[in-house]
Amino acid sequence: MKGRVALRLAAAGTAEAAPPPGKLRRDLRLIAEMIEPGSRVLDIGCGDGALLAYLARDKAVDARGIELSQSGVNACVRHGLSVIQGDADRDLDAFPDGAFDVVVLSQTLQATRQPRHVVEELLRIGKRAIVSFPNFGFWRIRLSLLFRGRMPMSMLLNNPWYDTPNIHLCTIRDFVALCDELGARIERSLTLDRHGGPFSLDPRGSLANLLAEQGIFLLSGGRQGRRWGAGREAQR
Amino acid sequence: MSILTASRLRRPGRDWPGHRLVVADELHLDCGIGLAPFTIAYQTYGQLNPARSNAILICHALTGDQFAADPHPITGHPGWWTTLIGPGGVLDTERYFLICANVLGGCMGTTGPRDINPQTGDPWALDFPVITIHDMVRAQKLLIDSLGIEQLFCVIGGSMGGMQVLQWASSYPEAVFAAVPIAAAARHSAQNIAFHEVGRQAIIADPDWCGGRYLKEERNPSRGLAVARMAAHITYLSEAALHRKFGRNLQDRKEVTYGFEADFQVESYLRHQGSTFVDRFDANSYLYITRAMDYFDLAAEHGGSLPAAFQGRQPRFCIISFTSDWLFPTSESRALVHALNAVAANVSFVEIETDKGHDAFLLHEPELFATLRGFLTGCAEHRGLPRFWT
Repeated sequence: MKGRVALRLAAAGTAEAAPPPGKLRRDLRLIAEMIEPGSRVLDIGCGDGALLAYLARDKAVDARGIELSQSGVNACVRHGLSVIQGDADRDLDAFPDGAFDVVVLSQTLQATRQPRHVVEELLRIGKRAIVSFPNFGFWRIRLSLLFRGRMPMSMLLNNPWYDTPNIHLCTIRDFVALCDELGARIERSLTLDRHGGPFSLDPRGSLANLLAEQGIFLLSGGRQGRRWGAGREAQR
Repeated sequence: MSILTASRLRRPGRDWPGHRLVVADELHLDCGIGLAPFTIAYQTYGQLNPARSNAILICHALTGDQFAADPHPITGHPGWWTTLIGPGGVLDTERYFLICANVLGGCMGTTGPRDINPQTGDPWALDFPVITIHDMVRAQKLLIDSLGIEQLFCVIGGSMGGMQVLQWASSYPEAVFAAVPIAAAARHSAQNIAFHEVGRQAIIADPDWCGGRYLKEERNPSRGLAVARMAAHITYLSEAALHRKFGRNLQDRKEVTYGFEADFQVESYLRHQGSTFVDRFDANSYLYITRAMDYFDLAAEHGGSLPAAFQGRQPRFCIISFTSDWLFPTSESRALVHALNAVAANVSFVEIETDKGHDAFLLHEPELFATLRGFLTGCAEHRGLPRFWT
């Protein structure tokens, strides 16, 4: 994802080799900790596949990915990861209900055309969904707009307004409200500083919305549908 | 150079290199006819490991043949995939055992319309049964069985070769560990059928075609076949590639001649493509193989549902398309990806940016090589293939 890759944090890893587990970006490591070993995972907007490679190697996860950028997809496939070129808006429809144990959408939601539909799709195709996004309610962003009167930019949102892939920014409060609207259950939430350092605050409280630079949410409660049948056991 | 010069058609030489499998049992074709006996001509590279788990079947395209990495016995040109095949190559002959067979209906040693019909003693010509991609794959399966290979490590091919890969994955999923259809589609589009029809009509309109019996009449519809090749060749390139290569440049002249000579380089190039093609390809084979591609529609075999074609066990897929390929555009590959997603297949999909058009799968395309190498290496790890088995 051309723009979306740019939005990923600085240590996005190189295309040459999947980073060792210790080097995995902190927010991705927190996401990885939420995933059970041996589960079936789809990472949407998987970039260079750092999370997928870690999950496949260290957690024996059946890891699949979707990525928009050709360079990202190629880097993943070159490393033996199963990744398809596509995007969250267009390519989730084809997956059956409950196809994955966990669907990950990391730092990508704000770049989708239809975030509400995308979250619905995550909850449909995954038994659980992990969503992380930059919090537009972060105090620096608020102050920046208030005092500078210009569209805020930060380490996470580092594109000028005319050249940003982030077309649907939201605050943690906005996201919680969307989850409520969709009937999704927030099983866990983490609020993070810009470096991915977690601190625990109630996502419904105003403090989280003010202090967190990003949020990670573990959701469940999509409509339960058909599960894979015969194909599942036959997977190699 | 004129394309009107008729050339003598060369019959398959007995001294051509490679292996032959003669199958005595009847092959039941989609058209309802049983074909027996028949020959499969094939080449191999590398060595089969003791576990017989390192075999890769390479499926060739419409006008390709089994000489993927050998000099062509007629033209002397290097094999069509020499860029990929070799020790340490993407298709590493130190690691894999590569098999490439001429397709059924072909003209390079596998039984086709120019071989002798045992019932008449004459070349089959149009009495040869119409074959399908599925029939080609059935014949390949017999070959693989005869080599004692239960499961191919990989089936790979571009264009019509990719159709065969998909047919393998659908018909013999247990016999394929990994499948790599490149610049392919699960069905031939109306536009592609239309282009093929132009080519076939060019052949049929050639008086030397003689209702298909040109071998018996000792003639060769080389003009028709050359025109068919010229028309088809345009579809293998992109507008950008044609412009980059030729633009409006004139051929060996400073001004246009106000006539119908090959004034433009692009004309001269196409005429050359046509005239060299007729030396190595049989006109009736061209009719039969294009027909096989036209008939290909994997979903139709499964009640109109493409996911149903891959229901159950599936190989690991790596689907590759090229941005400038308008013959087998990315949308076709994406439809395939969606169908495979619907059945939860393990699928990778890469669209490679290039201006080389459909032909890109045959050309030096570093992104293609890197993708294939990564995918195959990953699969080899899953399959437990050692880096070197010897």
